[in-house]
Amino acid sequence: MFELLGVPPQALFGQVLLGLINGSFYAILSLGLAVIFGLLNIINFSHGAQYMMGAFVAWMCLNYLGINYWAALLLAPIIVGATGIAIERLLLKRIAHLDHLYGLLLTFGLALIIQGVFRNYYGSSGLPYAIPPQLAGGQNLGFMFMPNYRGWVIVASLIVCLGTWFLIEKTKLGAYLRAATENPTLTQAFGINVPLLVTLTYGFGVALAAFAGVLAAPIYSVNPNMGGDLIIVVFAVVVIGGMGSIMGAIVTGFSLGLIEGLTKVFYPEAAATVIFIIMVLVLLVKPAGLFGRAH
Amino acid sequence: MKLKTILATTALAALMASPALAQQISVKAGVLNDRSGLYADLSGEGSVIAARMAVEDFKAANKGIKVEIVSADHQNKPDVGSTIARQWYDQDGVDLILDVPTSSVALAVSQITKEKNKIHINSGAGTSDLTGKACSPNTIHWTYDTYALAQGTGGAMVKAGGDTWFFMTADYAFGHALERDAAAVVQKAGGKVLGTVRTPFPGTDFSSFLLQAQGSKAKVIGLANAGGDLINSVKQASEFGITQGGQKLAGLLTFISDVNALGLQAAQGLVLTESFYWDRDDQTRAWSERFAKLSGGKKPSMVQAGVYSGLLHYLKAVEATKSKDAATVMAKMKEMPTDDPLFGKGSIRINGRKLHDMYLYEVKKPSESKGPWDYYKQIAVLPAEQAFQPLAETGCSLVK
Repeated sequence: MFELLGVPPQALFGQVLLGLINGSFYAILSLGLAVIFGLLNIINFSHGAQYMMGAFVAWMCLNYLGINYWAALLLAPIIVGATGIAIERLLLKRIAHLDHLYGLLLTFGLALIIQGVFRNYYGSSGLPYAIPPQLAGGQNLGFMFMPNYRGWVIVASLIVCLGTWFLIEKTKLGAYLRAATENPTLTQAFGINVPLLVTLTYGFGVALAAFAGVLAAPIYSVNPNMGGDLIIVVFAVVVIGGMGSIMGAIVTGFSLGLIEGLTKVFYPEAAATVIFIIMVLVLLVKPAGLFGRAH
Repeated sequence: MKLKTILATTALAALMASPALAQQISVKAGVLNDRSGLYADLSGEGSVIAARMAVEDFKAANKGIKVEIVSADHQNKPDVGSTIARQWYDQDGVDLILDVPTSSVALAVSQITKEKNKIHINSGAGTSDLTGKACSPNTIHWTYDTYALAQGTGGAMVKAGGDTWFFMTADYAFGHALERDAAAVVQKAGGKVLGTVRTPFPGTDFSSFLLQAQGSKAKVIGLANAGGDLINSVKQASEFGITQGGQKLAGLLTFISDVNALGLQAAQGLVLTESFYWDRDDQTRAWSERFAKLSGGKKPSMVQAGVYSGLLHYLKAVEATKSKDAATVMAKMKEMPTDDPLFGKGSIRINGRKLHDMYLYEVKKPSESKGPWDYYKQIAVLPAEQAFQPLAETGCSLVK
C-alpha cells in the first residue's frame, strides 16, 4: 500500500469528498453574495443571518406546521427571500446611492438584530432537525462511509450553482441583469425596470442563503449563531474568487472546501486559518481576486 | 392631616419597638454569567431564577435577612467579567458573586474577589485549578470540575471495557486540560490512548476528525469539547454511523441543554457525568417543576441547580453567624455540612471544593424516553470522595 505523506489513500479520498461537501456550502453562500454585490454593490453582511433564518424556517415548518424537509427546501427560500425583498424595498433602496460602506454597516446591524431576536426566543444551544428518512443511512464506498445526506448536499448545491450560472450568463434575463450592472441608466432607457430587477436580485441572493440554511439544518444544529460563524469564511471565499464574479464564487467555494479538508488531515490546527492565509496570498498577487476584474 | 400624623407616629413607634428590624442584614448577590452567547442556555437567566428560588425557599425575609439579586452578562470575556466584578464590589455593594461559567472568566473573578475580600461561589466553570493551583480563601467551587468529569466518564468507560481511546480536543486551554485529566484517568485504569486530534475552536464541521477517530479503531472517542462543538461532533458522529459501528462516544462535558439541542436520535448512547439531573428523585423533580414554570418549560441544568444550592448554603451561614463578613461566613460555610434538596448531603473542603456524589448517565434511546426532557438513565454513582481530586494532589496553598 502506498502512502502519501503518512496518510493512507483511503483516508485521503474520504477527506477530499468531505472537503467537497463543505465546499458546496461555501459555493452556494458565496454565490449569493456575489450576485448581490454584482448588481447592488452591497456587501451583504446579513447573509449569514439569512442562512440561519433558512434553517430556522425549515425547523418551524416541521415543528409548527408539520411541513417536511422537501417542501421546506422550496418554501424556506421563498419566505426568507420575501423578507429580503422587504429589506431591499424599505432600507437598502434608500442608501443605494451612498458608498458601499453604508450598505455593509446597515446589513451588519440587521444581522445582529436578527440573531438577537432568534437567540431570545430559541436560546443559544440550538434545536434538533433530523435527516429526512429518505436520505437516512449511507453507503460504504470502501474508503469511507458516505452518509446519503451528504451526497445529496453535493448534488443539490451543484444543481443550484450551475442553474444560477446558466440563468445569469446564458439567458435573456441574465443579459438584462448584466447590462444593469454595467450601466443602469442606459439599461433603464431601453425600457427595462432596473429597480425591480435590483429588488428581485437581492431577494434571489437571500433565497440562495436560505436554501443553504435548509441544506445545513440536518447536519449542523439549528442555531442562532450558525451564520455568524460561517460568514467570515464565506467572505474570504468571495474575496479570493473576486467580488461579484459568479464563476469565481462557485469554483473557489468548492476548491477552498477541498483545501480546508486536506488541511484537516495534515495539520488540523491550521484548518480554521488556511483560508485566510490563501486570501492574503491571493490579494498580494491579484488584488481583484482570482476571477475578478480590476475596477 | 390628622390621620397622616397618627399613621406616621404609629409606624415610627413600631419601628423602634421591633428589635428584629433594627438588626436586619441586607445581602446583595450578583449572578454573573453568559446571557447571550454559547452558555446562555445552561446558565444565563435560568441561574437568576434559581437564585431567586433559593431566597424564596430560605424564607430570608422572615429571618431578618434582606436579599437583593442583581445580574450581568460577562460575554465569556475575562476583561468584561473583571470590570463588572470590580464595579459590583466597589460601587454597588455586592457581597457575593454567583455562577460565572467559562474558566478564564472564573479565574479572573476569583482573583478580584480575594483582593476585595468578598465571596465567590462558582457553579458554571470547569477548571479544577479554581480549587487547585489558583485556589482562594474566598472562593467555593460548587457544581463540578474537569477532574470529576474525567474521573466519572473516563473511569466508567474503561471499566465497561472501553480501554482504547481517541481524543477530539477543542484547541484551547479548557480542551487541553480536560484531555489531560481524562487521558490520565484512562491510563491509570490500564487503558491506552491511540490518538488525539486538536480541532480548531469553535468549529462547525467535525466530520474529517470523526473519520480519523473512526480510522483509529479506538473503542471510545473522547470529546474534550463543549457547547456547540460538542453538539456538532455528536450529531455528525451519528450521521457517519460511528456509534452504530460499535465505537462509543464519551462526552466529557455535556449539559442537559446540549442533549436537548441534539435530540435523542443523535445523542442516544452518549455517556456523560453530571452532578444533578432533574429527574433523580421526588425532591429534584418537585424543584425542577417549579423552575420549569418560571423558565418557559426548560428544565434546570446542573449549573443552575448549583447556583440555587450555593446561595442557600451561604444564606444559612449568614443566618448562623448574623454577619456577612467574608472570613466569618466562609469559615461557617466550610464548617457546616451542606444539605439541600438538589445535591443532598455534602461538605466543603478547606480548598473551597464542594463535595457531593457525581452521577454517570447514558442518554436514552428515543423509544425509551417518555416525553420532553426525559433523557438520562443512570449507570453509576461516583461517591464524592472518589469523584473529586484528593486534597494532597490539588497543589492548593490553603492545604497544609
